[in-house]
Amino acid sequence: MTILRRVAPQLLTLLALVLLVTAFFPEFLRIEVVNGRLVGPVMDILKRGAPVGLLAVGMTLVIATRGIDLSVGAVIAIAGAVAAWAITRDLGLAAALALAFAAGLAAGLWNGVLVAIVGIQPIVATLILMTSGRGIAQLVTEGRILTFSHDGLAFLGSGAVLGIPVPAVLWVATAIAVTLLLRRTALGMLIEAVGVNRNAAALAGVNATVLIIAVYSASGLCAALAGVVATADIRGADSNNAGLWMELDAILAVVIGGNSLLGGRFSIAASLLGALIIQTIDTGILLAGFPSEYNLSIKAVIVLVILVLQSPNLMHHWYALRYFAMRRREAALDPRKEPGT
Amino acid sequence: MKRLLASAAFVAFAASGAVAQTVGFSQIGSESGWRAAETTLTKQQAEERGIDLKFSDAQQKQENQIAAIRSFIAQGVDAILLAPVVATGWDSVLEEAKEAEIPVVLLDRQVDSDKSLYLTAVGSDLVHEGEVAGQWLVDKVAGEPCRVVELQGTTGSSPAIDRKSGFENAIKGHDNIEIVRSQTGDFTRAQGKEVMESFLQAEGGGQDICALYAHNDDMAVGAIQAIKEAGLKPGSDILVVSIDAVPDIFQAMAAGEANATVELTPNMAGPAFDALKAYMESGTEPAKFLQTESKLYTQDDDPSGEYERRKGLGY
Repeated sequence: MTILRRVAPQLLTLLALVLLVTAFFPEFLRIEVVNGRLVGPVMDILKRGAPVGLLAVGMTLVIATRGIDLSVGAVIAIAGAVAAWAITRDLGLAAALALAFAAGLAAGLWNGVLVAIVGIQPIVATLILMTSGRGIAQLVTEGRILTFSHDGLAFLGSGAVLGIPVPAVLWVATAIAVTLLLRRTALGMLIEAVGVNRNAAALAGVNATVLIIAVYSASGLCAALAGVVATADIRGADSNNAGLWMELDAILAVVIGGNSLLGGRFSIAASLLGALIIQTIDTGILLAGFPSEYNLSIKAVIVLVILVLQSPNLMHHWYALRYFAMRRREAALDPRKEPGT
Repeated sequence: MKRLLASAAFVAFAASGAVAQTVGFSQIGSESGWRAAETTLTKQQAEERGIDLKFSDAQQKQENQIAAIRSFIAQGVDAILLAPVVATGWDSVLEEAKEAEIPVVLLDRQVDSDKSLYLTAVGSDLVHEGEVAGQWLVDKVAGEPCRVVELQGTTGSSPAIDRKSGFENAIKGHDNIEIVRSQTGDFTRAQGKEVMESFLQAEGGGQDICALYAHNDDMAVGAIQAIKEAGLKPGSDILVVSIDAVPDIFQAMAAGEANATVELTPNMAGPAFDALKAYMESGTEPAKFLQTESKLYTQDDDPSGEYERRKGLGY
């Protein structure tokens, strides 16, 4: 129940968006079965939301430690490039996935060490890989789009399990696994402790250094999985464009999820709803059929409205307004009550 | 060995004088497969003609290009090829080249400087490319009604604007052809696929779409996958026409999944070298804009052969 109350604003926002899109595109909620798989705009959103959803899982943890990971977009490109490279070299699916995850883990360790041990500000530390990572990916693909035809890898991007697109299954499964790991153990609370006050947490016996390295590694692994999905989806590694600016969407998803950029308490479920909200906006704009010049402006306005509605200050003003209104009504009622008593 | 041959050729030709022997080439970078192919072809063309090509990769930075041109001038090259990264800010360095009497040829992009500052510009007419694609569709459907969806390039970019208007020019007066949906796919495969999915959803699962026009092949390749995943046959249920002629689209054409592509040739250097040769041997001033051919390729034009020919070019 507490979880439901925590994510209520995000759920309401999503519901409002769905109604809004349905107003422009009446068949939005239609789902039908084609070739044994569920097809419809909603399924597209679940599938297309996978990369940002996966990134949001890792990003939530990083942000909970009062950090930020700008490199995830570039890590998508690297992991995708590595996976495609391994597949085109006939190394097999298992090796391709292992190498992609190894690349993501290496990137995460690099970020974590820079932040936790070297002590560089997270935004600067991860900026290094954000700018250089795409270059690394291009070295792997030799600057071209590395196309492959391998049904096993392609399945991860465009296959379906019980009619549900594989990318959707992957991000939901990842989110559940990570949430269970953090909430069934004390890990989640320790991460929150580090985010609230790293020194106090360390004094209380929390190994903050290892924990911070671990969350950046988790973020790298999530980005690697997102990279594999993105690459499998188009059956090719496009180092120039894969994951481009996606780190910003992931951060936005975390913020729309009501998580504070100052660290501390976090909710992965809320971040994922944030990712779904962003994808619903994107897909909704495409379905509504506006000219493409308006895409970004419409998205910006909707995001602004959502954030303003969620603003704690606005909530205070709202409660204050209600309080004063109630006081005035009571004051107005009082004189009439008195003659009766 | 190659270097030895090149310098031997250099000595031999230097004796005959008039022909360009050392040419500096300032390339933008290698941001796309097409540009990598342009670099490869420029080097090939130079080698075929026995020209010593000095290559400089600017990594998308104008200051690197200006520095490269200054160093070409200092080395006393016979001519300079320039693929300008932006349109403005070239006046002073082009004037320096002019004072040193080194002709400059622009490749595939234009500059805003005075036309007297460069010998000629080799490039493709983007509007014409769109027209060729549109004309193919007009001929293909031959009067049958056809609802077209369009994948635009990056919003506001000149290829997106020009290829759109060219296609619209071609279908003007053919009321049977109508663009029903048009959205940007940012020139990328991933966006091409995502936007095509929404087109398919919006147009009765794709039943109401007769043809797809994509502003580049990469978006078409992404869209073809979306069409297949929706259970339709690209190339027959939905006709696919796009622009660029990159290797992957020929693979799709060979598999019957794409119908036509309009070539944006990466061989801009060939016409540039020809113009330089004519200018240096007989002083013929070329026209200020040399338009490359926008050749149409269909499934009948040996797509698998074209794929083999192109795949080694670095696309």
